[in-house]
Amino acid sequence: MSADDPLVRVDGLQKYFWENDSLLDRLFGDDPVPVRAVDGVSFDIREGETLGLVGESGCGKSTTGETLLGLQDPTDGRVEFEGENVYDLSGDDLTDFRRSAQVVFQDPFSSLDPRMTIGDIVTQPLSIHDWPWTDGDVETTVDVRTDGISRDIVTATAADDIDTVVDPVDGVATAHVTVRAIDDESAADVDADGRSVDLASGVVAEVEEDLAVAVDRDDGIVVRVSVDRSTAQLRRDRVTDLVERVGLSADQLDRYPHEFSGGQRQRIGIARALALEPEFVVLDEPTSALDVSVQAQVLNLLDDLQAEFDLTYLLISHDLSVIRHVCDRVAVMYLGEIVEVGPVDDLFEDPKHPYTNALLESVPRASTDERDRDRETLSGDVPSPRDPPSGCRFRTRCPKVIPPEDLEIEQETYRDLMSLRERVERRDVSLESVGDDGQFDLEDGVSDEKRPAFVAALKDRLLERDLPARHDEIVETALAELATEDWDAAAARLREHYESVCERKQPHLGNGHHPVACHLYGEASERTETPRSDP
Amino acid sequence: MLSTRTSRAKAAEVLADMTEEILRVEGLKTRFFTDEGQVNAVDGVDIAIERGDTYGIVGESGSGKSVTARSIIDLIESPGEITDGRILYRNQEFADGIRDDNPDAVDGAWVDLRGVSSSVRRSLRGSNFSMIFQDPQSSFNPTITVGEQIAEAVEVQRRASANPRSTRARSKEYTLTSLALGTILPSKRYVTPASRERAIELLELVGIPDPVERADEYPHEYSGGMLQRAMIAQALAGEPDVLVADEPTTALDVTIQAQILDLLDDLQEELGMTILLITHNLGVVARMCDRVGVMYAGEIVERGTLEDVFDDHVHPYTRGLLGSVPDLEGASDRLQPIPGNVPSLLDHEMNRRCHFADRCPKAMEACLEHPSEHSARGSDHHAARCVLTRTEYDEARALADGYFDEADRPAGDKHVGPDERDETLDEDRQHPPAETTGGEHQ
Repeated sequence: MSADDPLVRVDGLQKYFWENDSLLDRLFGDDPVPVRAVDGVSFDIREGETLGLVGESGCGKSTTGETLLGLQDPTDGRVEFEGENVYDLSGDDLTDFRRSAQVVFQDPFSSLDPRMTIGDIVTQPLSIHDWPWTDGDVETTVDVRTDGISRDIVTATAADDIDTVVDPVDGVATAHVTVRAIDDESAADVDADGRSVDLASGVVAEVEEDLAVAVDRDDGIVVRVSVDRSTAQLRRDRVTDLVERVGLSADQLDRYPHEFSGGQRQRIGIARALALEPEFVVLDEPTSALDVSVQAQVLNLLDDLQAEFDLTYLLISHDLSVIRHVCDRVAVMYLGEIVEVGPVDDLFEDPKHPYTNALLESVPRASTDERDRDRETLSGDVPSPRDPPSGCRFRTRCPKVIPPEDLEIEQETYRDLMSLRERVERRDVSLESVGDDGQFDLEDGVSDEKRPAFVAALKDRLLERDLPARHDEIVETALAELATEDWDAAAARLREHYESVCERKQPHLGNGHHPVACHLYGEASERTETPRSDP
Repeated sequence: MLSTRTSRAKAAEVLADMTEEILRVEGLKTRFFTDEGQVNAVDGVDIAIERGDTYGIVGESGSGKSVTARSIIDLIESPGEITDGRILYRNQEFADGIRDDNPDAVDGAWVDLRGVSSSVRRSLRGSNFSMIFQDPQSSFNPTITVGEQIAEAVEVQRRASANPRSTRARSKEYTLTSLALGTILPSKRYVTPASRERAIELLELVGIPDPVERADEYPHEYSGGMLQRAMIAQALAGEPDVLVADEPTTALDVTIQAQILDLLDDLQEELGMTILLITHNLGVVARMCDRVGVMYAGEIVERGTLEDVFDDHVHPYTRGLLGSVPDLEGASDRLQPIPGNVPSLLDHEMNRRCHFADRCPKAMEACLEHPSEHSARGSDHHAARCVLTRTEYDEARALADGYFDEADRPAGDKHVGPDERDETLDEDRQHPPAETTGGEHQ
């Protein structure tokens, strides 16, 4: 892995959940229906950065996070962590990956075992992964500095297992010891547990790391550095450290989760995730269960921890202001796909994808100008991931859906017509209730003389806006087909005139600095910075 | 009143003749009597809402905002109880109707709802007051179609208006026998075709496409946003004067939230409703509200017009709340959170001081007295429960850092050393403060 390679590379990740997949369904020959929660997602996460994954509920952002960590089995695709495919790992390599990639869950009330004390909760990953780790291949040495004593008469040895406490650099774990001569032994400041400082006939040895040091004066001076704590003690010290680092106090270790507030529990969750010194942490909506003032505390804490431990974050959130505040880069998800990725400032100040734009427009700002702000909000709901729209998945709600080239039509009118088409194709129009009770007889088809009235009534119900004459005619002919309940013919007629590039072709997310999956920006290969002007 | 007034406030004065207060809450106190002790969920709240306005109550969880709303429409159940205060509702017709039976509770067009019987209060629900809840999924009965549930609400109102003077509970005439008969004989069904028609109209009003078909669907067939619309339709069945919306968009996505807020706006314009909006989302408040009350520990700590509270706030809590919101537009500076957590509302754990003092960056000696509400520098409506309305912050009289550590829960944000932290929590847990009347006085 070279320095430029990302820490995590997600490539074409897919996760489908299957419905109608029970034995009974198979016996009856029902085909399983895939729910395409994550459908071909690719992105990189560089070392030390925070990538935000934002989208509405059900868009697959949490599933992406879970699948990427291997908490769910992927349907397809690869995830590389430090250059290795995570799904190919097994044995020790897999354990290593699980150690380096951790997760903080959304709900601090259900992600902590109510029957464990918080000390146990934070210790658990340590015991599962058998922390502290010592490696037989790691050399241990002592770096000795002397003060008032010749370096030559000092011999120093380190125990083999000090790499449990000291991080080895290039396969060598080094303890740093200072040996000084002192005149008055009683004046030497020996610390409380007497561990890291030792005295022997006019010589004091002090170790920088959290180790024990012993010094003897014989012919020369002999310094020995060792870990004189049991595993349990080491773990307890580590947990105390972690818990204090996230802003709780050590005496709270014996308390149970129910004694803590939401914000405090989330801190416990963070301490647990950091216990194994991970490089990469998935933060799955870490603050959505918290109040805004507490959210700010937790966000600041995450920021501090990232700087302190060189962490790489994947922050999953639906809250755009949190994303803006915390992330370096952002990926926007819609219905299982990423529609836009970019650096946070570019994406928020110059959103390219109409969906990103709509999301940003929808967030109410906490300022007094909010009432007068022009908002462009979306209509309609997110389609089902069981049967996602063809082509661009956002086209069913997109205010900028692209009309065919030769069609002279206003964008809004075209949007209305596309919504109308959508309903005809889904047969989501109730013909029985057109007109007054029993006015039109659908059983035998609406009679010819009543047909214009039927079409007018139907059009009135489906469209709010008046259409230009040319389109009015097309729509009326199509709706007339419905008088005989010929849905396919109606749909075909409308498609013939109004089919958009957005439904024929799936836009691809390109590469580069700020890619966007939208036909407004041309093909990935010939991507331009300016959107095609609306015809 | 102080000098700086916004143009909007001036305009409001000009319009003063045209607007009138419809609801006034004075000194409302709601308590819950639990095993752990008395919880002062609402502790002396004053609200005045003008007809046609949107009044927002904003605060963190546990600040008492939902309990306030429920107290107003009389939805407090045991172990909760409204222990003090007046809830005044202005409605000439209603006042005339009950004046003979309740002479004490009626004053002109105003009726003190706490002075009338519960059946009278109940008769107001739906027709005069109506509520929409946070979670539409759990507010509908999953076994009955949406259309029928809305039609039921319509039917209740219809039967009541046939007998407007009756203040008896309105569904009593519907018995188990009627239900049994209804399953066999269509003519005995509770919901009449006329109610159903109206339900469909209501669904259309709230923007549900194909209301005729959707009326026959069950709640699980609706998406969250649709169901929230349906719940609004149900709340509108009785054409209420006041709509209480308790976190109406919290369970929804932002694009759907925007739709629902637009809908509430449109409906208010169309029907002239007054809305009491409960939310924790400051963006929603800014988007919807004319007046705002900021709640903290069961009290409204600052209230006024939207401009007063957002731009000209006095109370440090209001400032802290606004400072905690990450800015969507601006660059990413470090957030300024309020340290610590929302205080416990248990009576024996509350002190007689300003409840925010232990988290307040501007706590002074004067804050050890419980502050009363004073008018503040904004519009006529601007008031805050803070000593800073009267005096400037004076560092010489500030409380020392850690002043509250002895008796209060520690701040959570700062990386406090273990020694400092240790006793504080234990003290708090083991020896709760002696005063038990904390928060009772004004």
